[in-house]
Amino acid sequence: MDLENQKRVKDAAEKFGAENVVVIIGAAEAEAAGLAAETVTAGDPTFAGPLAGVELGLRVYHACEPEFKDEVSADIYEEQIGMMEMVLSVDEIIEEMQSIRNDFCKFND
Amino acid sequence: MTNPVIKNAGYILVHTPDMILHNGTTATVEKASNPNSEYISHLSESFRRYEEVVNYAPNQVFIGNQKPETLIDLEMPWHTQKVSGERYGRFGEIMPQEEFIAMIKMADAFDLVRLTDDFTAMVKEKLSESSYFTESEIELLKEGDSKDVIIDILNDHHGEGIFHKGTLVGCVKRAHDLDTNLNAHVMLENLVVKASGVLAVKHLMRQTEVAPEAIEYVIECSEEACGDMNQRGGGNFAKSIAEAMNFVNATGSDTRGFCAGPTHALINAAALVKSGVYKNVVVVGGGATAKLGMNGKDHVKKGMPILEDCLGGFAVLVSEDDGISPVINTNLIGRHTVGTGSSPQAVITSLITQPLDKGGLKITDVDKYSVEMQNPDITKPAGAGDVPESNYKMIAALGVKRGELEKSQLMDFVKTHGMPGFAPTQGHIPSGVPYIGFAVDAIKAGTLNRVMIVGKGSLFLARMTNQFDGVSFVIEANSGISACAEDSGYDEKEVKKLIAEAMRKLAESLTE
Repeated sequence: MDLENQKRVKDAAEKFGAENVVVIIGAAEAEAAGLAAETVTAGDPTFAGPLAGVELGLRVYHACEPEFKDEVSADIYEEQIGMMEMVLSVDEIIEEMQSIRNDFCKFND
Repeated sequence: MTNPVIKNAGYILVHTPDMILHNGTTATVEKASNPNSEYISHLSESFRRYEEVVNYAPNQVFIGNQKPETLIDLEMPWHTQKVSGERYGRFGEIMPQEEFIAMIKMADAFDLVRLTDDFTAMVKEKLSESSYFTESEIELLKEGDSKDVIIDILNDHHGEGIFHKGTLVGCVKRAHDLDTNLNAHVMLENLVVKASGVLAVKHLMRQTEVAPEAIEYVIECSEEACGDMNQRGGGNFAKSIAEAMNFVNATGSDTRGFCAGPTHALINAAALVKSGVYKNVVVVGGGATAKLGMNGKDHVKKGMPILEDCLGGFAVLVSEDDGISPVINTNLIGRHTVGTGSSPQAVITSLITQPLDKGGLKITDVDKYSVEMQNPDITKPAGAGDVPESNYKMIAALGVKRGELEKSQLMDFVKTHGMPGFAPTQGHIPSGVPYIGFAVDAIKAGTLNRVMIVGKGSLFLARMTNQFDGVSFVIEANSGISACAEDSGYDEKEVKKLIAEAMRKLAESLTE
């Protein structure tokens, strides 16, 4: 994850409390989505950014996961993400995201 | 008013393994933050030899010896599949490092580059065997300096070392004591842009009948900036390259837009030619040392060689209509505007379907799309996926949403209207432009009729805006009827009617 984005996530977690922050990821690949999710839960795996060694354990979802999709307007989802949903390997992404959440998310809800 | 046509395109690669370690940002940042880095200490063990780089299939495609489609049947990972390659190709060459170091010296107008006498003698001999360098160019290398002089510049005058096979063979001096925009690091980076740009233009000009004196304007579109502390991007690479190429009747300027820069530059060139301001415009982009070994950590972690070991460069000649060369259709320009929005759907609509709608065309009416043509052999192990394939899927998905394709045809579209990525991850180099050479050949041969070039750029990296950017244009077969002829009152329909009448009369006279 971009170092600047790591800083923004860290600042948001400190300002609002980790329990009040949800991170939505839009990566196009399961591996990249997983790395970003790992960064905001278990810490930066590359040990390069502000989240190196910081286990925030935040709630984190991909924009194509049902937990996010079901919360937003179907029309806007279709307009903004419908095309990409057709292109992405959604099942692989969901599997990767669930695995990261099971291992590192501190909020089991 | 004339139509702008694309006459030729040149493409070059330069194998620069030592620059991965000394000039690539991944390595230099690692050295600065972790001086005892395990990665740095073993990095050179992951470098490829020049022969391996030549015998690497995507590189042979880039210089035009193989078509992109040949990669479809080549099993990945491609770096494990040795092919029989050549240094020189249809569009350019893969230059070895030592000759390129000599070109950096030739590109230096301020006596900032110093090479050792041993290295100078060795490389002079090699270059004199090549037909690409004139005697006066080789004379620019002078006799060289002793190694002590080079070491003195490095130790006492903040020079930047130039290395070959792990040995110090020269240096670049800083061009000012205090100006950070003229320090030795920046000067080396900029001289590399200029030298690789010159090499690309050399290969462009060897293919064309247009004389150097006929070039009126040069647009340079790499990702670096040359200037001083009072104007960081003052410029300009374009005129320096024109000077090196002896384009005595040309001036030029630099155009930037991150990876979208080359496509912006080509649209600008087309507009200049169409308006009649200039007859022949060269668009050129040199290579980026900073991006060498960018994904090196991922490659090494996966036991692969460092595949980002080449600088890339390209040059395209846009000229007034010759009745033969493919035409840039300036009516079908796509652009991501400030109001477009950032969702992939909005981006693809603005770049692909909005320009097509202007011409009443469907997505399937374009035979080939040249998008972000990054080599997936490089990007997939780094977790960035297959970039061109993702682009083609997005275009196809938009086609499905517009009812121009069935969802079941999505992957067929990727195969027939796309191609595998084959360009080095040099930012602007893979963005749309790598296919132009092939497109010119295929359109002239009649195997393709219409090709779209799409350039995208991540403007947010400069922190001036959160905006993304992109532009696109369509290249079409030349009808053979110049726009001037159309303007002069030539009426194709009327001519066809007259011929038809004459034929009918002839047929009637034969039956009587």
